[in-house]
Amino acid sequence: MPSLGADMEHGKLVEWLVKPGDYVRRGDLVAVVDTDKTIMDVESFQEGVVADLLVDIGETVPVGTPLARITQTPAETGPPAHEGPPARATAKAAVSKTAVPKAAAPEAPETAAPKEAAPIAPPVRHLAHRLGVDTAKIHGTGKGGVITRADVEHAVAARPGSRVRSSPRARRLAAELGVELATISGTGPQSAVTEADVHRAAGSHAEALVPEVSSPALHAPPKGAPEEPVTGKTSEARERLASLRRAIGALMSRSKKTIPHYYLSTTLDLRAAVDWMQSVNAQRPVAARLVPSALLLKAAALAARDVPEVNGFYGDSGFRPSASVHLGVAVALRQGGLVAPAIHDADTLPVEVLMEQLRDLVSRARAGRLQRAEMADPTITVTNLGDLGVESVYGVIYPPQVAMVGFGRVMEQPWAQNGMLGVRHAVIATLSADHRVSDGLRGGRYLARIEELLQKPEEL
Amino acid sequence: MNEQDAREAVHAAIGKVAPDVDMADVDEDSRLRQDLELDSLDFLRLVETIDTVTGVDIPERDYPAVATVKGLIDYLAARG
Repeated sequence: MPSLGADMEHGKLVEWLVKPGDYVRRGDLVAVVDTDKTIMDVESFQEGVVADLLVDIGETVPVGTPLARITQTPAETGPPAHEGPPARATAKAAVSKTAVPKAAAPEAPETAAPKEAAPIAPPVRHLAHRLGVDTAKIHGTGKGGVITRADVEHAVAARPGSRVRSSPRARRLAAELGVELATISGTGPQSAVTEADVHRAAGSHAEALVPEVSSPALHAPPKGAPEEPVTGKTSEARERLASLRRAIGALMSRSKKTIPHYYLSTTLDLRAAVDWMQSVNAQRPVAARLVPSALLLKAAALAARDVPEVNGFYGDSGFRPSASVHLGVAVALRQGGLVAPAIHDADTLPVEVLMEQLRDLVSRARAGRLQRAEMADPTITVTNLGDLGVESVYGVIYPPQVAMVGFGRVMEQPWAQNGMLGVRHAVIATLSADHRVSDGLRGGRYLARIEELLQKPEEL
Repeated sequence: MNEQDAREAVHAAIGKVAPDVDMADVDEDSRLRQDLELDSLDFLRLVETIDTVTGVDIPERDYPAVATVKGLIDYLAARG
């Protein structure tokens, strides 16, 4: 059970996305976990074949508990590549655990006794492994019986129903929808079949009864999630809201007890930003339109790069600034409560991409489908509560972060400049920051930098 | 599009964007942002949904005209 947030102590397993025997790569989604705050997907930290599922669905376990055992595949356990004689593929696989406690590196797999196998060069072995070919069954045609790239490719071609690259979820979905994976052409990385491909393929099949979002069975019981009918769910939704409220309360109490907050605010001139956005939006179909939040978030991310004292984590050994800016975005859930998942490397994303990710993040947050990494690692958080009306918002810092930026409502207001009075769009930006790390001067620099950046919206 | 079709389209679109809102209880003078609590992203999704379903693309300059449920229905009825 990985830690899905600084305040998380335990998690409940609500769904397995893989089963014993499935092959998973690092980063493949393997399970769905319910924290007190939301339901999240958990990815594998290792590559290999799922040997055992150690936690049952519905079980609540502390952070650090192994969830599954992943047996590393031969290609993983083979000795490192040497100069000279080709490395041998090992047949017996070593076993190590996934979901190790946070920050602990997976143990080095035990070296297993090599079985008699044809010699094979590491890149070819890697290819075989990637394609799911057992090298022990290939007859090498190269010099000295060495297995060549061509041998591996032949083995793949000769195989009935060759293996198709796909994520476990896509495979699962395909099985549920009765679609043969091999018949789908994948659009993912290295032609992997994605969930969307499966949906498309299922849609083009005769019965078009595929639910629009995705099969309900695929989703963990999304308690209180918007897609669910409300009937019969009310008490469960209430219970979930109460537990979310408790989790927020505990985290915010901890923040206020341990972090000496200081607060700053300034009014940002948005004339240039809003004019630019309106002219861009006029040229765009509705799906590609921007909202002011996208510009504000981008400016907040860029400014965090320039003022590192607001971007990072405060731990036992003091402040550790972060080299990347993972911008947490506080998302109000429609049924009440909030979560603050991250847009990764927000400072490097073009505004259009950031806008897309913001929309995606908000809709997934509301549907309770966030991923582990998104919840665990924001380096600074923005709250944009003003969107629904208030002029300014002073946030409470999410520990172990050290700053929270607040944007109020974008509104027209009288603006005096050079002895003239005009009307401009403006927004009040606030900063709540940790006095152990920075003080008002640097915090003020951060807000001033946001304003500077917003004067050249086309460069954001 | 007649008013009844427009109303149905609006109800369906709001139901999709904000499933927690019970349209039976909603007064047509309700403001989408303040009363139904749609944020800017919800509102964008509403406009997008309406575009997909009815083919009416509401440009940003017309947003003030569609700030209420009734305003949105009238807008669609006039243009759809």
